[in-house]
Amino acid sequence: MAEIQDYKSTPKYETFSYLPAMTPDKMRRQIAYLISQGWNPGIEHVEPARADVYYWYMWKLPMFGEQSVDVVIAELEACHRAHPNNHVRLIGYDNYSQSQGSSFVVFRGR
Amino acid sequence: MAAKKYEAGVKEYRQTYWMPEYVPLDTDILACFKITPQAGVDREEAAAAVAAESSTGTWTTVWTDLLTDLDYYKGRAYRIEDVPGDDTCFYAFIAYPIDLFEEGSVVNILTSLVGNVFGFKAIRALRLEDIRFSLAYVKSCGGPPQGIQVERDIMNKYGRPMLGCTIKPKLGLSAKNYGRAVYECLRGGLDFTKDDENVNSQPFMRWRDRFLFVQDATLAAQAETGERKGHYLNVTAPTPEMMYERAEFAKEIGAPIIMHDYLTGGLTANTGLANWCRKNGMLLHIHRAMHAVLDRNPHHGIHFRVLTKILRLSGGDHLHSGTVVGKLEGDRAATLGWIDLMRESFIPEDRSRGIMFDQDWGSMPGVIPVASGGIHVWHMPALVNIFGDDSVLQFGGGTLGHPWGNAAGAAANRVALEACVEARNEGRELEREGKEILTNAAKDSPELKIAMETWKEIKFEFDTVDKLDVVNR
Repeated sequence: MAEIQDYKSTPKYETFSYLPAMTPDKMRRQIAYLISQGWNPGIEHVEPARADVYYWYMWKLPMFGEQSVDVVIAELEACHRAHPNNHVRLIGYDNYSQSQGSSFVVFRGR
Repeated sequence: MAAKKYEAGVKEYRQTYWMPEYVPLDTDILACFKITPQAGVDREEAAAAVAAESSTGTWTTVWTDLLTDLDYYKGRAYRIEDVPGDDTCFYAFIAYPIDLFEEGSVVNILTSLVGNVFGFKAIRALRLEDIRFSLAYVKSCGGPPQGIQVERDIMNKYGRPMLGCTIKPKLGLSAKNYGRAVYECLRGGLDFTKDDENVNSQPFMRWRDRFLFVQDATLAAQAETGERKGHYLNVTAPTPEMMYERAEFAKEIGAPIIMHDYLTGGLTANTGLANWCRKNGMLLHIHRAMHAVLDRNPHHGIHFRVLTKILRLSGGDHLHSGTVVGKLEGDRAATLGWIDLMRESFIPEDRSRGIMFDQDWGSMPGVIPVASGGIHVWHMPALVNIFGDDSVLQFGGGTLGHPWGNAAGAAANRVALEACVEARNEGRELEREGKEILTNAAKDSPELKIAMETWKEIKFEFDTVDKLDVVNR
């Protein structure tokens, strides 16, 4: 049994939460992908204790038609500065499928 | 307008049912059959015979034919084509007027199209290759109870394929031990677990006990991970009444998804259950036991793309599609074809993928393809590439067979999946760089590292029995 490792679970938050936190460069590439798919970036945040609800707080409004990775990153950082203990996630609204093309946590809260 | 006189006896089918000049109507149901005629029966006669026997005809003329508008109701064989590379058979295209079939009834359509005609003496073998369901007919069917987008919203899964696992051993576990296996899979990172199709309500584990323990396991894993989870509770039962009793109970205890075997359970039961799911806000996972009996022989039976279309009309949110890479049958191009038929709203004719007609689904929701059977972490890059985000990838042995147990196996698959999605989004080529992507991800995941060592050597390279007939040999 000695070679078997015990599995310890920790709270997760859906897509990409099983990978290590992304480096800024990797994050840029994910945002670029989201924009390249024609999706509209939107930012949400929430206290970690409330993370299991569908609706997190919306940060401003979705950035319809935004093409700049830098602008999206600036808004993510602004949201994070305003709510440093909260999870902050980036959503790609797909108005064609009327759903979200992607959604992942960018800043992991405490 | 008494233009016709009654003459008793047998006349050639082609006189009535072979109409090469016919231009199909937008509302017609079109079918493509692969016909292997008996020796001495020519193509036009064989095609006309199939059109007749699958619509209005019987073997002899009857006087009551003249009481109907036969020229409206009859099926029409309107085109014949060679099967590339196979001289023993040919394709026959037949158009049926929409009024031959009851609205919203795939049962009625199959009873005609794959009924008596399949035992007909003039043909040696017969295969239904494709059906074009007119949009008018599609609109009369309920379709998937929720569809892809609604399922994503309910389950809160975006931007990646979902992960599942069928609980094994498929027979013999007690309800409480079974729930343990479910809990371990879900807490480790899977989105779904699944009842094996063989699990209904046997003496070793009655359905009610299973449902209760599994739901407890699901809720515990949700609380622990903060992610939404589900277990496909199989409500397939001996009678429709028992099926609905199980479905109602699943809803009562808060389960998000149930499951049905649409071919062995039957299409009437399936359509009814899909309607029930739509009414009650439940997701419906569909298993396809018996499909290989119908679809595997290249000369006789029903192609799986037809069974796929039938299910989308009858109703189901998930359908097993084959994996391309695992232990089960499936030609890659053909599989991609029927995956499109599940998910897209318009699928153009494409002979290179076996699709014989344009198919317009209008606004009917899509079905999520489920890749399951003999797959493990090493297949992940290919699976993500082939199936894309709108899919469920199910690793049974590939989760439960992990040397450290189900939770570690689940985590290994989840890490592999997310690493592949991340790499794909970065523009990397998954099937070429798969090994590097997984090896890199395993640096932060001991669970994945061990999984990669455990399954390294397994490959499935048997040739497919049913290949697409697209190239002349």
